[in-house]
Amino acid sequence: MIKLFKIILLISILILSFQKILFAKNNSLLVDKISKNLRCLICQGQSVYDSQSDFAVSMKLLIKNKIESGESEDQIYEYLKNQYGEWIVYDPEFNKKNLILWIFPLILFIFGGLLIYRKVFIN
Amino acid sequence: MKKNISYLVLTLFFVFIFSVFYIGLEKPNFYTPKIINNKSLEEFNSTELFSNKEFNSREIIKNNKFTIINIWSSWCAPCRLEHSALMKLSEKTNLNIIGLNYKDKKTNAIKFLNELGNPFSKILIDPDGIISISIGAYGVPETFILNKNSKIIQKYIGPLTNDNILEILKIIE
Repeated sequence: MIKLFKIILLISILILSFQKILFAKNNSLLVDKISKNLRCLICQGQSVYDSQSDFAVSMKLLIKNKIESGESEDQIYEYLKNQYGEWIVYDPEFNKKNLILWIFPLILFIFGGLLIYRKVFIN
Repeated sequence: MKKNISYLVLTLFFVFIFSVFYIGLEKPNFYTPKIINNKSLEEFNSTELFSNKEFNSREIIKNNKFTIINIWSSWCAPCRLEHSALMKLSEKTNLNIIGLNYKDKKTNAIKFLNELGNPFSKILIDPDGIISISIGAYGVPETFILNKNSKIIQKYIGPLTNDNILEILKIIE
């Protein structure tokens, strides 16, 4: 009976510790993912993930803390955008300022498609 | 006629592309951080450098008409440069100047202050730089001017100059 109890205890400890490791690993993966999408504002052409500057190191710590306190990825992006402006995220939002940048390739694509269509099917 | 129109369209297209690239090239390509004013300062808790007492940012700010938060560090050379300006500011006014000691060693910070003077009414510590990031700072030195509702009225990135000091004096008048 005691033996059985010991075995159960051992297994549950193992499961718990494994879960904790898994959880920590998931968190650090999420930190990596988020920091890869963030621009290091004081370095040229590096993401927060790549940089070892004080700014980036602290930023990674902050992200880790935020994840541990239960904030979601989107909440963290929103928070940082609010603090530093949209420039901090690599993925630009769709707005009036960059409308042409988003639409232009589409226009070219349609235009080119039309040209090809005319060449092949009408002539 | 049709050919002429397509030539015209093509020429206009190239002119457009050329002007877009030309304007793009003319623009300076170094990034200057956009200073976002009139935003509330993120609340934070930190310990005081000398007394090791815990303080809340809002508590410190709310009793003063204006508060200055200056992020500094003993290892930062520009902080050494701007220190005389901060001293001047603290002598001329009875402003609430809060120092946020960024990623520093306590002994070095105290040595720095003994050497150059202490303009701060309180010095809070930020050992891993998280507080600075959470209030939207880029690095050291950086200075925030806040009103009593924790709204950021003005923010200076980099060392304070004499012109900045004059500006601050005008703001707090």
